[in-house]
Amino acid sequence: MFFPISGAHISPIYLVVVGFFIGILGGFFGVGGSFIAGPALRAVGLDWNFAVGTDLAHIVGKSVVAAKRHRALGNVDLKLGLIMAVGTIGGAEVGAQLIQMLKRAGNVNLVVSVVSIAVYVSISSFMIWESRKTLRSKKGATAAPTTAAAKKHDPSSFAHVTRSIQRWKIWPMINLPASGVTISLWVILLVAFVGGLFSGFLGGGAGYIRMPSMVYVLGIPTHLAVGTDLFEIIISASYGTFSHAIKGNVDILIALVMHTGAAIGAQIGAISTQYFAGPKIRLAFVPLPLIGAAIVIYTLMTGHKL
Amino acid sequence: MKKETAKTLRAFLIELVIYAVLVVGYFFLVLHFLGESLYQLEIHHRYTYGVVAILLIIGQAVVLESVTTFLLRKLRGRSE
Repeated sequence: MFFPISGAHISPIYLVVVGFFIGILGGFFGVGGSFIAGPALRAVGLDWNFAVGTDLAHIVGKSVVAAKRHRALGNVDLKLGLIMAVGTIGGAEVGAQLIQMLKRAGNVNLVVSVVSIAVYVSISSFMIWESRKTLRSKKGATAAPTTAAAKKHDPSSFAHVTRSIQRWKIWPMINLPASGVTISLWVILLVAFVGGLFSGFLGGGAGYIRMPSMVYVLGIPTHLAVGTDLFEIIISASYGTFSHAIKGNVDILIALVMHTGAAIGAQIGAISTQYFAGPKIRLAFVPLPLIGAAIVIYTLMTGHKL
Repeated sequence: MKKETAKTLRAFLIELVIYAVLVVGYFFLVLHFLGESLYQLEIHHRYTYGVVAILLIIGQAVVLESVTTFLLRKLRGRSE
């Protein structure tokens, strides 16, 4: 199939299948899946600028489907999502500016690669340590939560640090009844800003850093963190799509075709979260950042982009 | 339990087949005709293209979500 905007010839079946698998990942983990979608689009000859912009547009559609499904399951904290969107957009702009600075310095590829490997490996290492410790401890519930109250009780071995962060009484304090948390606005904005910074700096929605941050720093139960992250991604990825579209980096036809697969995958992923407890979802999340790290290491060592 | 899983799987496979037929029709009827006008819009009116792109992807998401939910409900309902 010919896509006139990017001038690429890509099989629509390939796009639908890629979209389907990324949809499942997104629905289950609350991530955009850019670390797979970007290389998958690049692999069929799409230029990087189009791969990044088009992936963002596809993320918007996929997140709408998954967030709608999560909302029906009671997994979206709208108030938290809207506050986080503000911080994310600010962070994304700063991240993009950092990239421009590194471009001018002439070492953008090396710096971004090293930072991304360090971030991906750190997240995976920390999450594997925490979720395994929680699952082994007596308080680590392994059964899937069936009620809203059970979803709010999400055991974590890092809970003592989360509680001390929640005790910082820096005005204004924000009450989040849907998540069962009261926390300073500045902590929420900081977490969102850091997520946005990575999104602008490393590309994609940066769900791989925001979802764990919501669980471990803000103390949001895993199921709600997944759903709220998806809702927040709709806003921040829409902003990113518009920004890339006016720079000529979005082939919306490719995104629309990919999304037909993602729409059904996202539903399956979102429904599947009902059958797993929070620590198990976090443990299953571990390979995702490692896949991202492996792709970057491959690119660094061979000089070829996937 | 096994029977229930088999029923869910069968309903899901039927849904995939119906969905695939709908999507192929959609490719040929809608995306094929949209291609040229979106291409022109992207060349001449970038800001409008940005807005249209977001509206299109959100619109498709809402419609496909309704279609998949409708199919799942119908097929699950029939298999129960």
